[in-house]
Amino acid sequence: MTNNVIEITGLYKDYDTPAGVFPVLKDVNLTIEAGDYVAIMGPSGSGKSTFMNILGCLDRPTKGEYKLNNQSVKSLNNNQLAALRNRTIGFVFQGFNLLARSSLVDNVALPLVYAKDQKELRTKIAKNILERMGLGQYFESRPNQISGGQQQRVAIARALVNQPRIILADEPTGNLDSKTSDEIMKIFDELNQIGNTIIIVTHENAIADHARRQIRFLDGKIVEDHRNKKELEKA
Amino acid sequence: MFFSMLSEAWHAMGANRLRTFLTMLGMVIGVGAVVLMMAIGEGAQQSIKRSIDSMGSNLFVILSGSSSTSGSRSASGNSSALNMNDATAIGDLDDIGAFAPISVGNAQIIYAGNNSNTPIVGTTPSYFSIRRWDVESGELFSDADVRSANRVALVGKTVVENLFGDDIDPIGKTIRIKKSPFLIVGVLEGKGQSFDGRDQDDTIIVPITTAQRKLFGNQIPGSVRMIMAQAKSEKYMGVAEDGINDLIRQRHNIRENTESDFSVRNLTAMAKTASDTAKTMSMLLGAIASISLLVGGIGIMNIMLVSVTERTREIGIRMAIGAREKDILLQFLLEACVISIVGCVIGVGLGLGGALLVKKMVGAEILISMQSIVLAFSVAASIGVFFGYYPASKAAKLRPIEALRYQ
Ligand SMILES: Nc1ncnc2c1ncn2[C@@H]1O[C@H](COP(=O)(O)OP(=O)(O)OP(=O)(O)O)[C@@H](O)[C@H]1O
Ligand SMILES: [Mg+2]
Repeated sequence: MTNNVIEITGLYKDYDTPAGVFPVLKDVNLTIEAGDYVAIMGPSGSGKSTFMNILGCLDRPTKGEYKLNNQSVKSLNNNQLAALRNRTIGFVFQGFNLLARSSLVDNVALPLVYAKDQKELRTKIAKNILERMGLGQYFESRPNQISGGQQQRVAIARALVNQPRIILADEPTGNLDSKTSDEIMKIFDELNQIGNTIIIVTHENAIADHARRQIRFLDGKIVEDHRNKKELEKA
Repeated sequence: MFFSMLSEAWHAMGANRLRTFLTMLGMVIGVGAVVLMMAIGEGAQQSIKRSIDSMGSNLFVILSGSSSTSGSRSASGNSSALNMNDATAIGDLDDIGAFAPISVGNAQIIYAGNNSNTPIVGTTPSYFSIRRWDVESGELFSDADVRSANRVALVGKTVVENLFGDDIDPIGKTIRIKKSPFLIVGVLEGKGQSFDGRDQDDTIIVPITTAQRKLFGNQIPGSVRMIMAQAKSEKYMGVAEDGINDLIRQRHNIRENTESDFSVRNLTAMAKTASDTAKTMSMLLGAIASISLLVGGIGIMNIMLVSVTERTREIGIRMAIGAREKDILLQFLLEACVISIVGCVIGVGLGLGGALLVKKMVGAEILISMQSIVLAFSVAASIGVFFGYYPASKAAKLRPIEALRYQ
């Protein structure tokens, strides 16, 4: 057993397109320790989202090994993957991906529904976490009744509600202004401080600076992988 | 878990009320039609069964007049081919258990200023045992009454209602039939409708001798309109019918290859035909109604497929946060079932209301059986599952990432 929550070796991902097989990830190797704070950067189309989706068990690699908590994901069936998405990983999307018709409480409580918690407990947990996100007065609002920053906080609340230890965020601040981005990043910083592993995709250096480790993708390969300067100075 | 999914299904349906309503309407109409048609069909069957039971079993009726021209012959007054001796001879046949000669005619009856025109039956006491008919109060007339042609009468319930009303006990009262006085000795039990739709309780029964001599005096003495005969058991029906034909042809000296001046009707067979017809009709009604149920089911499937496509992203989101295939399947299946079951409840209500309306407007007998309601419910639930399953499994089989990317 190692302390690595994520171990990727020789990972490939091809997309089947009408024009033929389109390779996106080419021999990616990566190890991430528990409690690390990683920023993934790289130009548009370099395969960051593709990689994140595989990390989040939303998609399967074409080839290669992905071990999550020392367990090979390849061997898991769809139900087991769903359980991982439900409890082990919290995924935050650039586009929030909230259910438009449901109230904020219901949105946040949804992962608990699939974890088979009781209704009262679900509501209690969801309200509690929304309150901590500063959304105490919006319990029954719909997502389209609050601002983008608030929506992203709801999405983060939903990702956290089952207390996963790994949080994946694909450009979580991509749709937000810089002030709101700072507020969102503060949440990630805090989550990391209490021991969660955070992996965040971003185009902005200011965001990447929150992380301790920065990885750069280029054309489906990792071309750069280094510890943050501040971090190094501290050490 | 199940309950919260149910309430979610309810909310999802509320999101597009008009569409849900229209889809439901298909089920409502289908179920309503099935319930209504079954109520009418079963009602018809029931009323036929009741009148057949009221008729007596293994019965023949021998009518004067040939089977092809019986109508015109009897009208021409030339129909007195059957007589009391024919009846006794039939009664002597081995396969016949009982017989009753019958004279019929309508007559004006009067009681204390009330009058009505009522069918009169003249017969012997064996008629009552053949038809399994007893008095409700008073007593039947006897063979002695027949021998001495007493002026006694048994009245049916409708006659009692028309002539006496609720307050007067008719027994011991004297009514006038064709102006001659008759003593009422008994009131007959209610029989209801016959299977050809006559009210069997609108009748007065008197000894046949009295009828022949005092009521239908214009007929040839000793002649009877018809003879009712009962076979000893069902398996002798065929033999008995041939026996009666041969016997009467012989007695009437009818040569071979000429038409009989009488006809033998197997009432039991006619009754069976009538009940088979009713059964077929009710099955046909049910089948036609079921088609609308099927159409309703297809409507549900159609809408569920649209709904799955529309909500592909939602499915992706749910999967991304941990919904298993089973959860998604159940969600959409439940929606289909809620639509079909709610539609079914409304449909049952509408069908019952329609049935009551039919009863009131047309006066047709209807029968609402628990069975038909349970059937409608289980069919509706099955339709929900059956037609909901394909769209639901289509939703459940989506790959999370593809569903999420769907625009
Ligand atoms: N479903 C798909 N089918 C075919 N090709 C795809 C699919 N998804 C992504 N691609 C292609 O794969 C490549 C990598 O896409 P990906 O979304 O991973 O890039 P990215 O690094 O996240 O870019 P961005 O910074 O713009 O989000 C792109 O060239 C894209 O066109
Ligand atoms: Mg991307």
